[in-house]
Amino acid sequence: MRNAVGREIPEEILRETGKQAFAGTYALDGYEYKKAAPRVRALCDPKREKLVGSIREALEKCGLKDGMTLSFHHHFREGDYVVNMVMEEVHRLGVKGITVCASSLGKANDAIVPYIEDGTITGIQSSGVRGRIGEAISAGRLQTLAIMRSHGGRVRAIETGEVHIDIAFIGAPTADEYGNLRANGGKSDCGVLSYAMADAEYADHVVAVTDCLVPFPNIPASISMVNVDYVCVVDAIGNPEKIATGAAKPTTDVRKLMMADYCTKFVMNTPYFKEGFSYQTGVGGASIASTISLGKIMEERGIHMGLGLGGITTPMCELLAKGLIRKLVDTQDFDMGAIESIKSNPNHVEISASEYANPFNKGAYVNKLDFVILASLEVDVDFNCNVVVGSDGVITGAQGGHPDTAAGAKCTIVLTPLLQGRIPAVCSSVTTVTTPGETVDVVITEYGIAINPKRQDLIECMKDVELPFCTIEELRDKAYAIAGEPDPVQFGDRAVGVIEARDGTVIDVVRQIREYEFQDRRGE
Amino acid sequence: MEIKKTAVAGTLESSDAQVTVEPGSDGIELLVESSVIHQYGRRIREVVLETLERLGVKNARVAVLDKGALDCTLKARVECAVYRSNGMNENLPWGGVIR
Repeated sequence: MRNAVGREIPEEILRETGKQAFAGTYALDGYEYKKAAPRVRALCDPKREKLVGSIREALEKCGLKDGMTLSFHHHFREGDYVVNMVMEEVHRLGVKGITVCASSLGKANDAIVPYIEDGTITGIQSSGVRGRIGEAISAGRLQTLAIMRSHGGRVRAIETGEVHIDIAFIGAPTADEYGNLRANGGKSDCGVLSYAMADAEYADHVVAVTDCLVPFPNIPASISMVNVDYVCVVDAIGNPEKIATGAAKPTTDVRKLMMADYCTKFVMNTPYFKEGFSYQTGVGGASIASTISLGKIMEERGIHMGLGLGGITTPMCELLAKGLIRKLVDTQDFDMGAIESIKSNPNHVEISASEYANPFNKGAYVNKLDFVILASLEVDVDFNCNVVVGSDGVITGAQGGHPDTAAGAKCTIVLTPLLQGRIPAVCSSVTTVTTPGETVDVVITEYGIAINPKRQDLIECMKDVELPFCTIEELRDKAYAIAGEPDPVQFGDRAVGVIEARDGTVIDVVRQIREYEFQDRRGE
Repeated sequence: MEIKKTAVAGTLESSDAQVTVEPGSDGIELLVESSVIHQYGRRIREVVLETLERLGVKNARVAVLDKGALDCTLKARVECAVYRSNGMNENLPWGGVIR
């Protein structure tokens, strides 16, 4: 059937997954359900210890068997060692049919691809996948449908019981022998453990993996001992150089600076830009440049941000340190500056992924956003965004908080260059819909700015503002005039993945990639 | 024009294309590899064949390794490779002068 963003969702996909087709971003507002609950093995006897000698021992004590679901977080980003270390041991034990339910998977996890091919891993549920795992899924090598969920959607799926985690492995920069886990200190500092909190509360078995055992009690803890069954000390849980980089140098790319200026000018001319406004931005060069230029305006006008949200970078922490932000609320740290800030600034606060973005709790932070500044691989003339599947049809990105923040914010701005190499970022129809156009208000490119016609209020308040406004169709036409109109990707028939909307409905389906064939053979 | 010897133009940088021409005897034998093959493979081949035709190249083995070059870049790289195969290095008839 055709869903609310006009995508054809095959009946057999809905049957196979038991999911509904996407019916609109707020269609399930007020939905009632009873939360799932984990099995708990009580620890009454103070003589019983939680320390185990190896990952293998942890797996055995948790009763690992075929068909289980194992979960992981991605706070170590491109420096993660935990996923590979655990899956290697699972493989050695000869266990098959494992579903990996991770908050995200990246190039650091390329090493698990052979386990997809040999049937150790048959399911993947993640915010997205980059690198070779994405290529393997797109090539049809995973036995079941990969499920891509936003950060908020993942927590929803765990809390409703849509996914049940048998064993959660939580990499922790510091842990005590009773399983109080902190994100700060140790060798593999990652700032926060937000994405692992739901896993700790809802998994039947919880194993902490650390490379820095500290004296009891390790508090205040991001994850409490009351939810942790075992603690395993290993040599290294991650590569610190890849977990957090130094602060990105402010971009000198004039295109990005121009987009950042457009963005700041747009933001300051909306009615939401006033004392106490709330704001989230990403890590792209243009986003960071727009945070810096917005900071100058805030300083000039004496306007303070009441809430800064999301994945945090150094420029946001600098605004906090200057007193221009009242509370910085954090689910992920992208650089060393952010990690240092959360250690030292009491107004920089760690929250859970549920508090951040879960659409099925009683209200998440994203709902309180005035602005979110996002990037996108593609955006189409219906303002639908694609952040997961590359224009070549291969899964190569992650939903992250994109659909969550877009749904929550009063003003969702997508910043993108008109062309990414030859590929038009503004197109007639995105390869895959990950964020519905009804939640995207403005697209800013270096060639012009398009406001979603649904937002007549924003169009009205920009009518005397000197910015290069145009329609989204005009942006697309400019892109096609430069690069040529792209042919659609030649997909196979088989579905390899499902893009879940944040409420768990199917917003799009990802198909197996086919090797490119020229349609006529002239000249070959 | 005739392809007299093997010649190369262009680079493998993003948004460029590397074009290699070699003498051939049986029409145009064209190989296209591209980072944007799905979206622009058809167009790349059209542009390369049109450019060769315009230059009067009838027989050649041509390989295009494309990294997302625009049409204008592709045309320039094909022209340059053909000129080089003819030992032309100065006063080049750029930009479609030869029709």
